[in-house]
Amino acid sequence: MTATQTKAGDGKTGTKVMTLLEAITDAMRLEMRNDDRVVVFGEDVGKKGGVFGATAGLFEEFGEKRCFDTPLSECGIIGTAIGMAVYGMRPIAEIQFLDFIYPAFDQIVSEAAKMRYRSGGEYTCPMVIRSPYGGGIRGGHYHSQSSEAYFCHTPGLKVVIPSTPADAKGLLIASIRDEDPVMFLEPKRIYRHGKGEVPLGEHVVPLGKARIAREGTDVTILCYGAMVPVCEAAAESAAQAGRSVEVVDLRTLVPLDEATVLASVKKTGRCVIAYEAPKTCGYGAELSALLAEKCIEWLEGPIVRVAGFDTPFPYTLEHLYMPDEKRVLAGIEKTFSW
Amino acid sequence: MSLELLTILDPDGKAQKGKDPNLPAKELQRLYRLMVATRALDDRGLALQRQGRIGFYLQSTGQEASHLGAAYALKDSDWLFPAYRQPGILLLREVPIEKIIAEWFGNSGDTSKGRQMPVHYSFRQANFVSISSPIGTQLTQAAGAGMAARIRGDDTVFMTFCGDGGTSSNDFHTGLNFAAVYKAPVVFVCENNGWAISVPSSKQTCSESMAIKADAYGMPGVRVDGNDLLAVYRVCKEAVDRARRGDGPTLVETVTYRIASHSSSDDAARYRDQKEFEAWKKKDPIARFQLYLKHKKLWSEAFEQECAEGAKAAIGAAVKAAEALPNPGPETMFDDVYMNLTPQLKEQRQELHDLMAKGGVGAQVGHFPL
Repeated sequence: MTATQTKAGDGKTGTKVMTLLEAITDAMRLEMRNDDRVVVFGEDVGKKGGVFGATAGLFEEFGEKRCFDTPLSECGIIGTAIGMAVYGMRPIAEIQFLDFIYPAFDQIVSEAAKMRYRSGGEYTCPMVIRSPYGGGIRGGHYHSQSSEAYFCHTPGLKVVIPSTPADAKGLLIASIRDEDPVMFLEPKRIYRHGKGEVPLGEHVVPLGKARIAREGTDVTILCYGAMVPVCEAAAESAAQAGRSVEVVDLRTLVPLDEATVLASVKKTGRCVIAYEAPKTCGYGAELSALLAEKCIEWLEGPIVRVAGFDTPFPYTLEHLYMPDEKRVLAGIEKTFSW
Repeated sequence: MSLELLTILDPDGKAQKGKDPNLPAKELQRLYRLMVATRALDDRGLALQRQGRIGFYLQSTGQEASHLGAAYALKDSDWLFPAYRQPGILLLREVPIEKIIAEWFGNSGDTSKGRQMPVHYSFRQANFVSISSPIGTQLTQAAGAGMAARIRGDDTVFMTFCGDGGTSSNDFHTGLNFAAVYKAPVVFVCENNGWAISVPSSKQTCSESMAIKADAYGMPGVRVDGNDLLAVYRVCKEAVDRARRGDGPTLVETVTYRIASHSSSDDAARYRDQKEFEAWKKKDPIARFQLYLKHKKLWSEAFEQECAEGAKAAIGAAVKAAEALPNPGPETMFDDVYMNLTPQLKEQRQELHDLMAKGGVGAQVGHFPL
């Protein structure tokens, strides 16, 4: 059920084992070679190569004109990216941590998201906002949040979250080539965990297509980003207890691949939604509403959300805050016993 | 850096010695004609709002010289990231009046497809980037476009506008800072018209002027009489040339006055001193330029009549044509959110379509005036 397209692009074929972070760098390098309208900038992305190393080597290969540091202003990074995109470039703007994006909220929500619509299609904003998000790195309030829902609530933005190295590359390339602004949120907790085979050269994963990470028949788990490996581990444990769990990696939150989601839940009749963000009004609430609207007659148990709690993200107790394998397993059981 | 107010035309319309940019006679007459037409356009816009035929209007009365003088310093290939009080630039760039007025009606003749309130224009043919309501956001975008032009190595110059209130916005600081750091070819024009709705410019800042703020960003700041078209043009021409040479951005403060209320929804008489208003009314930029043309023997009663009547007739015909156009079709509401409709938008469009087909849905709501 994977929608991945792999083509021989720059002559390179085959695969290479990479981390998710390396796959992101590979995608940017490839697109910067393919298209001179692509530039990447943000805080510390130049010589330093980014605080996590996502832009490592790009400054050396493409020079300061196409990979550069900015003054310390998220509003400035996004506002200038919009000006560049409107003028015909393909900017990739890095926001160092998603927790720091709020000064740019006005530019993202009022400007980038609305440019095509408000100008009747005369002006567009093909740009990618890359930002590491999520917890699990002992980052406290300001280096851990999962605020994807704010952006999902804004028509005009696409929201993409990869969970594997191959998808990180393929989805980022698709995002850079997209004609609309894309929030590309990177699960930093798994930046360097779990290496995977990544196709060399051209590799595009189209936006709006979910991935069945694991097939199953008894219950569906909907998840994305760093929750995917957690849910896969829970599915494995559940299998030993006789439960067949299907894990759906959404990959794109906007636009959502409703068809895949609904087909899976109709098949299993049960659903757990796992996300790291605070539970209330998180993306899981939308998924839950969707299931209630469109497949309630197929459900054999309650829709269960396993999410972060409605508190600011804690530092010392983050292991209790973030959904882990046990909480996902408890969620699975809840869909059977109620 | 000088905080002196640069003026060329005396109150009696005489150009100070050695300062007259000596524009050709035809161009001077054209600029006069444009100022007259801009005011006529604004008068008609407000009248249509008062008649309940359009929902909102926002005038530039008193600021015709400020924005026309500034934009006249650009080449047609240069770009504008405007605020919402520079309608004369559309006339300068020969946007058909009917297209301008269709935007007020938000109907099918509107380039923005009826998606925004009146006066939030977008005209790609004029390199006039879509206007939004949040204050100052365009300043940072202009800096970014300027950075892009430098990366690409082309010689486009970008002019962007804000008011005195705009200098308090986040993007004023950010936009000027980024433009200066990257030597972006941008001219920032702050039209200091004294008022941000009901808040006077004295309450926006403790700086001696808006222009002085440029110093903190490492760019030149110039203060110019905004009711003196020649002075605004001259200052902006220097700034545009400087930007095109690759020497970076400039902040130009045009000192002017908002003769009208903030918008059709506002009544300035409630908070503004009548004496201040009367004093500024006497400094009318069009009247001053008319005196200048008279000294140059470029003005006559016949010319005046031709300018006024010509504008009135063109605007009248355009209103008639624009108002007759139908609204955008209901299905267009879903277009241009993204390049292609998402499955969700397709479904929602169908839902609206089906409800409308059954009848009862789609009655007009949101009556004018707002």
